[in-house]
Parts: sequence; C-alpha cells; structure tokens
Amino acid sequence: MAVALKKKIISRYLPKTIKKSNGVLKTLSKEQYLRLYYFMRLTREFEEAILNLYRQGKIVGGAYTGNGNEATSVGSAFCLKKEDYLFPMHRDLGAHFAKGQSVRNLMLQHLGRADSLTRGRDGTGHYADPSLKIYGNISHLAAMIPVAAGVALASKLKKEKSVVMTYIGDGGSNVGDFHESLAMASVMKLPLVLIIENNQFAYSTPIAKQFIVERLSDRAVGYGIPGFTIDGTSVDEVYRVCSEAVARARRGDGPTLIESVTMRMHGHSAHDGAEYVPKKLLEEWKKKDPLVNTEKLLLGKKILTPSIKSEYEKKIADELDDAVRFALANSYPSAEEAAAGVFAE
Amino acid sequence: MNSKLLTYIEAISKGMWEEMERDPAVFLLGEDIGGFGGAFKATKGFLQHFGEDRVVDTVLAESAILGASVGAALAGMKPVAEMQFSDFVTCGFNQLVNNAATTHYRWNIPVPMVVRLPSGAGIHGGPFHSRNPEAWFFHQPGLKIVAPSTPYDAKGLIKAAIRDANPVLYFEHKRLYRHVKGEVPDDDYLVEIGKADVKRQGTDISVITYGSTVHQALEAAEILQQENGTSVEVLDLRSLVPLDKEAILASARKTGKVLIVHEDNLTGGIGAEVAALIAEFAFQNLDAPIKRLAAIDTPTPYSPTLEEFFLPSKEKVVNALKELARY
Repeated sequence: MAVALKKKIISRYLPKTIKKSNGVLKTLSKEQYLRLYYFMRLTREFEEAILNLYRQGKIVGGAYTGNGNEATSVGSAFCLKKEDYLFPMHRDLGAHFAKGQSVRNLMLQHLGRADSLTRGRDGTGHYADPSLKIYGNISHLAAMIPVAAGVALASKLKKEKSVVMTYIGDGGSNVGDFHESLAMASVMKLPLVLIIENNQFAYSTPIAKQFIVERLSDRAVGYGIPGFTIDGTSVDEVYRVCSEAVARARRGDGPTLIESVTMRMHGHSAHDGAEYVPKKLLEEWKKKDPLVNTEKLLLGKKILTPSIKSEYEKKIADELDDAVRFALANSYPSAEEAAAGVFAE
Repeated sequence: MNSKLLTYIEAISKGMWEEMERDPAVFLLGEDIGGFGGAFKATKGFLQHFGEDRVVDTVLAESAILGASVGAALAGMKPVAEMQFSDFVTCGFNQLVNNAATTHYRWNIPVPMVVRLPSGAGIHGGPFHSRNPEAWFFHQPGLKIVAPSTPYDAKGLIKAAIRDANPVLYFEHKRLYRHVKGEVPDDDYLVEIGKADVKRQGTDISVITYGSTVHQALEAAEILQQENGTSVEVLDLRSLVPLDKEAILASARKTGKVLIVHEDNLTGGIGAEVAALIAEFAFQNLDAPIKRLAAIDTPTPYSPTLEEFFLPSKEKVVNALKELARY
C-alpha cells in the first residue's frame, strides 16, 4: 500500500545550475510508515527512560533529549542506505535507531559502562560505530561538519556512491565550521546533506538573537547550493525533502542545506528547567507534537491500528526494560583503563 | 646504497612522492598545493603526476581542511594536509586538539593523518609568518609531533608519519628548506618516530635541541672544541611526541651539564618539559644547573635587528656553553 506524501514545504531555493528533482519520492509504503512511527515512539520512550535514570542518579553526566525533534531525526536518517554515513547530534537519538543502532548499545553509552561503544571514555551519543557508519558528535557541535565533509570527500575520491548526512542547531549555524564546510563542500560538489535543526533556542538564547535572515536555508544562497526550510514536525515532509537531498548528493550534484523547523520541548539538558521559554510558545508547539500527529495521521489512514499500537508499546517497553537491566548489570570500566589507548599501535 | 644530495625541502617532497607511489590511500590537500605546487613548492609536479584525486586544492579554510582530514582518515584514507604557514594552524586548532587528538582514545578508531607545518623565523616574516607553534600541541595528548633538522631525517620522518596510525604534526622549518643540503638515500627507509639522534658525540656538555637550532648547536660545538677543547654532545630530539626520554637522560647522565635550545619562545616550551625530566630523573648526575636558550617571550618582531635579538643564534649558543663549561 502506497500512501501519498504531503506536498507543500515552507521554502525552497534551487540555484539555476541545479535541476529540480522531479518527484524522486511521492509515496511511502505502509511498512515504511510503520517503521518511522516505531522509531519515533522508541525515541520518545528511550529518552523518558533516560530522564528517569537521571532522576535516580544513575546517569553519570548530563541527559539531553530531542523531544519535539523525533520526526526530523528519524525521518532524515531513514533516507540513508547501509553504505551511507550518519553524523548525528545530541538531539538526534532517533537517527541512531533509524540507522540501525541497538537500544542496548545506546543504554550502555548513556550509563558509561565497560562494554559501551566508547568503553566508558565518552558518554551519550558521542560514540562511533563503523559497522553502521554512525559517527557521533563532540560537544563543539559544528566541529563535526568539516569531519562529515571529509568523509564525503573520501567517498568522492574513492568514487563510491556513499552519502553523508549531518546536523547542526540554529545556534551552531553561526560557527565558522558551518560556513567553512559549506564553502568546501559546495565547490567540491561533495555528497553531503546538512540539516539545521532550528528548535527556537540555543540553550537559553532565542533565535531572534541568533540570526536575522528570514529562513536559515537562505544561507544556502550564499554557497550556491539548494536550500529548503521544512516543517520539522512532519515526518512526511522531512522524509521527502531529505530523500531528494540524498538522491542529489548520490548523483554527484553536491550538498544540500535543509532547515528543519522544530521546537525544543525540554530544557537544554535535564538540569535546565528552561523557565526562559514562554509558556505560550510551548503550548502552541505542543499541538504540533510530531509523535502525536504522526500517530493521528497513521490512524486516520488506517495504517496504524489500535492493536498494532499496543503491540508496539509493549515491544518498546520490553526492549527498554531489557536494555536498562542489561546496562546496569554491566560494570564500569576498570580504573586503569583510563590510561590506555591515547595512541593507536 | 645509492643516494643523492638533496635540500631539506626536496627530501620532504621525495618522501611524500614515494609514499604516494606506494599507497593509493595517501592523498594531499591544502591551499595552492596543486597547479601552483604549494607556497614553498613542496608539491611541485605532484598534480601533473598523481592527478586531481590525489592532490586536492582546497578553499581557504584551515578548520575545514583539518576537519576534512580527520573525516577522510575515518573513511580509510591517509590525508596529508598542508598548512601554508604553521601560523595559520590556529584557525583549525579545534579540529586538531578536540577531534584528531581524542578520536582514538574515545572511539578506538585510528586517525592516520599528517599535517605539514612550515614553521620558524629568521626569514623576516614578522609576527604571523614566523611562529613555532609546537608547544601548543605538545600539551595535548593524542597528537604525535616531529621536527626534523636534516634532509635525511626529513625524508625518513615524513614517510614514517604517513605510515603512522595516528595524527602526526610534521614541523618543517622554512629556513632549512633550501639552506640545508645532505645525502639522502634513494631507498625506502624510515626514521622511527620517538627516537632522538646524537648528531655529535661529546663528553663535557650536552645540547638538547631540535629543528633549526640543531645546526646552531653543531656549529657552536665545533667552535668550543676548537677554542677550548670542550667536548660538546648534540642530541637532536627529532620527535617531540613521543619524547625520547631514555636518550635525553642518557646524554644528561653522561655529561652532567645540559643546555636546552629551541627556536620557539622560552616559557612553557618543549625545553621546560625536557628540563623537568632531567631534574626529576637525572638530578644526581648534574654538575651544573640546567640551562635553557630560546626565543624571548615576545611576538616575533619584523625588523632584522629586533628579530636577531629575539632569536637564538650560534653566538648565543657558544656563550651559553661557555657559561656551563665554567662549572
């Protein structure tokens, strides 16, 4: 069963030299829709589990969520093939799942355990898993864009067809690395998809104090590359526009800049009550909750049924329960491990 | 064994050329390195021979160049990035200290990349074309650092750096480029990273140094031998990370008097660490205080009189050695 995708997007800029992709994607299958929904739900529930563990004092460091961003993180990474590279940020847990990461591995990472992908040397999503081609961020978020561009350069030099997808925030789009990377990627026509998650706040700073352009995708004009501004709460729209960008990159037509407009529904991290966010703004965005709206959409289209929904809820609860037990049973690394591995042999 | 008389920069080029012939994963990237052959012509002729997929001219964006090198290394390639002048590495500092340096520790994935850094003063380059910025990176765990002084070491170390599984900062001194010549074997030899080299054997005083000041030390040692019959040993560190602690301590214990010389400015320089090592582990063998000679703690001045005052020199090394000889 194929289901038509939403057509309208907020803003589109295509340089004259770039051909419009003529409808690479018009539909999603029922199975694809259900997987998107499953990953979004899993993301939401995983983050709730993390916040619970945080409140219990079981998370050793900070706890960051992407509540409100699930359609963007899941819908974008869902466009990637196995051979493509993903460079997610800290609001993109859903992208990890969409690219194939296991719940257990992510839980081990958040709890800093010995068998986590970083062996306890870094936390949260700051890991790399070459088997899935996932490369996490460092805290200087924009610093990963040149690295992603470098992977895209390698893909081009090796004449592979791999595409690299990465993300930055509204605040991070002011950092030099964002601009240097677009300068390099545009000139070299690198297979890079860069998604700005405009979630209205960079920590406590509202977007009005971060930029004065109408759309962050306007910045694409300065680099002569396609730029889109999309509704980041619509998994349809995210998937369709990102698929076009991935296809463009794979064809060798270079990078695309996508501004995905969302809302950071939680504080910057678990310690932050975010009193600086107007209540009214949160109420407005609450109506656009990507998980709730996707659920409504799929129920309306009869893709999701109450029985599938409760099956998913149970499956996710079981998976999280298993992962928390599994991770808590895993020890911390032995102390002397701290001194090893600065250099490769 | 066949060898050729090469300048220091020719030796660097030859080493890169051999490694590019040997390993298709090696490629070059940087500003003006292709058709133009690089600001100092280290990559002259490379584009014509290896093509655009191996010699990549980039936009003027140091952070993008260094970050892209990290990315290309993660994707299985062996990038050799050129900073046009080592001074400009500051614009990409974060990529080296936070990405390149920490990746293996955190991710257990090697980052085999080389950054070539044309460095050093004595060419009237002024404050922004004369720096020796090795100490900034020396403090950051996860970066290897080499600084050859001779054409032989230059070729052997660039080859070793390219084959290393870690990020290696390769400091090449601009004044040595065409002023220093030496026999360089045609063979495929390596100079092991982490091994210092006794460039002159001696018994009375050790000079511990690297890069351009190795040559000042060798000339000064000859003068002391001629004038006073003082036997001066010259230890060329060649690698700053890893530092060859055994060689440093062996030389200090042998002579009991140590002069540390570098062109980078004094405070917090490599010499401070070398001095601390000797004080900690060879104190009982010392017959004199450890002495340091380096550029003074100012930006690099432009005018010849000022720059001469600022920099170490053969004469300053001779004077420092004579002071030590009196103990």
